[in-house]
Amino acid sequence: MKEEALAKLQILAESAKYDVSCASSGTTRKSKAGGIGSTAGWGICHSFTEDGRCVSLLKIMLTNYCIYDCAYCINRRSNDIRRATFSVDELVELTIEFYRRNYIEGLFLSSGVINNPDYTMERMVRVIKELRTTHRFNGYIHMKSIPGCSQQLVHEAGLYADRLSVNIEIPTEKNLKLLAPEKNHESVFKPMQFIQQGMIENAEERKKSRYVQRFVPAGQSTQMIVGATDESDKQILKTSDFLYNQPGMKRVYYSGFIPVNSYDSRLPALKQPPLVRENRLYQADWLLRFYEFKVDEIVDDKHPDLDLEIDPKLSWALRHPEFFPVDINKAEYRDLLRVPGIGVKSAKLIVVSRRYTRLNAQDLKKIGIVMKKAQYFITCNELSGLNTVSDTSPEYVRSLLVPKKKGQKQPDLHQMSLIFPE
Amino acid sequence: MIVFRYDKTFEGLLTAVFDAYNRNTFPVKLLSSDEIELLFVDACHTVITDPKKSGRVWKGLEKRMMPVTRNMLTYVWLSEISGCDETVFRYIRKVFDSKTSIEMNFADDDVLQVRNIAQKVNREKLRVIEFVRFQKTADGIFFAPIAPEHNVLPLTLEHFTDRFADQQWIIYDTKRDYGYFYNLKETTEITLDSDTLILEGKVNEELLDPNEQLFQRMWKSYFRSMAIKERINPKLHRQHLPVRFWKYLTEKQ
Repeated sequence: MKEEALAKLQILAESAKYDVSCASSGTTRKSKAGGIGSTAGWGICHSFTEDGRCVSLLKIMLTNYCIYDCAYCINRRSNDIRRATFSVDELVELTIEFYRRNYIEGLFLSSGVINNPDYTMERMVRVIKELRTTHRFNGYIHMKSIPGCSQQLVHEAGLYADRLSVNIEIPTEKNLKLLAPEKNHESVFKPMQFIQQGMIENAEERKKSRYVQRFVPAGQSTQMIVGATDESDKQILKTSDFLYNQPGMKRVYYSGFIPVNSYDSRLPALKQPPLVRENRLYQADWLLRFYEFKVDEIVDDKHPDLDLEIDPKLSWALRHPEFFPVDINKAEYRDLLRVPGIGVKSAKLIVVSRRYTRLNAQDLKKIGIVMKKAQYFITCNELSGLNTVSDTSPEYVRSLLVPKKKGQKQPDLHQMSLIFPE
Repeated sequence: MIVFRYDKTFEGLLTAVFDAYNRNTFPVKLLSSDEIELLFVDACHTVITDPKKSGRVWKGLEKRMMPVTRNMLTYVWLSEISGCDETVFRYIRKVFDSKTSIEMNFADDDVLQVRNIAQKVNREKLRVIEFVRFQKTADGIFFAPIAPEHNVLPLTLEHFTDRFADQQWIIYDTKRDYGYFYNLKETTEITLDSDTLILEGKVNEELLDPNEQLFQRMWKSYFRSMAIKERINPKLHRQHLPVRFWKYLTEKQ
């Protein structure tokens, strides 16, 4: 490995970093004799960048030359940035050497499009094939599928990669056309269908013989940029929900828009990336995946956007005071999950512990429930529920739970304000 | 008040449980062999560690507990938190004295404590798996010094031995001054005599493989390139990547 690879690494890492996905989860694989590496189903992060994002995989581009000119992308054709291309050998060696030092879980390979989609995809497949077959690399591989590439290449990639992904980037086709005139939704959904099809066929074949090689064992993921276009949270979450209902779709990532090409007038001018909104979307995403919420409960026509001040679960709870108070000692697991301040873990602890004894407020606190929030939504042994949202009002509870801004004096709620005519 | 003295080993602790049931006296406190006597002690029994007795207790627990929760007890022991031995002792008593399983009763203080401590230790174990950084030495051994808060190195061996099966490595706990060496066949416990090998959490530069520095530079520069400056968040960064590990992290040098 030579010094010049260092410069390439820098350029191509800079180009790859705006992709938020970095999960290494979904496959558990023990090491094989004569090979290097293993994967852990729960995923392992190896470091965290100064912005607090996890570094699990070597997230890198094969090249940042690109024939497309998408407004939101740093690597667009018309940008004057440093460009570089890795050779297959360089990238393979880099991955192996980083892996041996326990820097990474594996490789996340992405690329700008050169010549045409198939040409690019073929070179990417060569990298991961080399890793898997020649070097018997057994770690995690996540590869981007290039929109518009052929089904055959997707199939080949799926045999070597743990996860494949295609980014939607812009949730509605109209806006995609505006920012990336050379792309359309079909070119994104086609490879997604290829992957899905491949997975379903593979599952069938593996029923007949367990020696059939696995195809994309960790499923697929995708990403949407938030805040670059005018979609509401409802549109974004509906798209996510649709995707999660497809077999094999494991994760939808949301990437707060970072104005990398601020000169482009089609893009909004932002002072800072919409990080709070991104966070609320992830919370809503969790509600869909782990808290048995339906998308219509989180956002609807009356509330098309998520509340930025409070999290979506609390927001739902305040819109539905009739659902509360929930009795900790009797309520079903499903209902416990809906209480603000109770997470999946604590709900499970409650369900197993209450078989032994009736739980009181102190037990709950020790188990790890956020009583600051939960107290307004539950009854248990001695909490008779005087304070709950159904006895007071959602507005009152909300005023107590919205984080106070610094320097702003809160009105005293116990003090009635007298209005004197002037 | 009754106290027991034992040699502060896990086997010793299990033997203490055996003795307590055998004598039908239950200690309020567990002391090490050289700890000073407390006031108001009525009787003091010195436990002599016996693998037969401790083995019987461990077997007894196997019958009464799920493997997961029995494992938790070793995790709690490895936490090295002061008083954790007494928690384990009380927990084991509760297991033996109760007709039904107590493992899921998290309203009980000891049960909850055992779970919480075990969780802490597990988290530290995962951190070691995440944050160990190997440096290749001139003789081809990948060497990683680290100083975990709890004594978790034994818990990580299965992972490292499986993953890095085709390279020789050493993981060394500088805080407790012992480590493990994998020689492509098996993993053995070692203690280093030399104190010039590790300097400030790094392997002595003179002993490194000629290419090692380049890969370290590449990793550092990659790490810096990955940060998006519009999103810098030092608090979150420190929360995920505790400062106590920075000394051993190549990218934080």
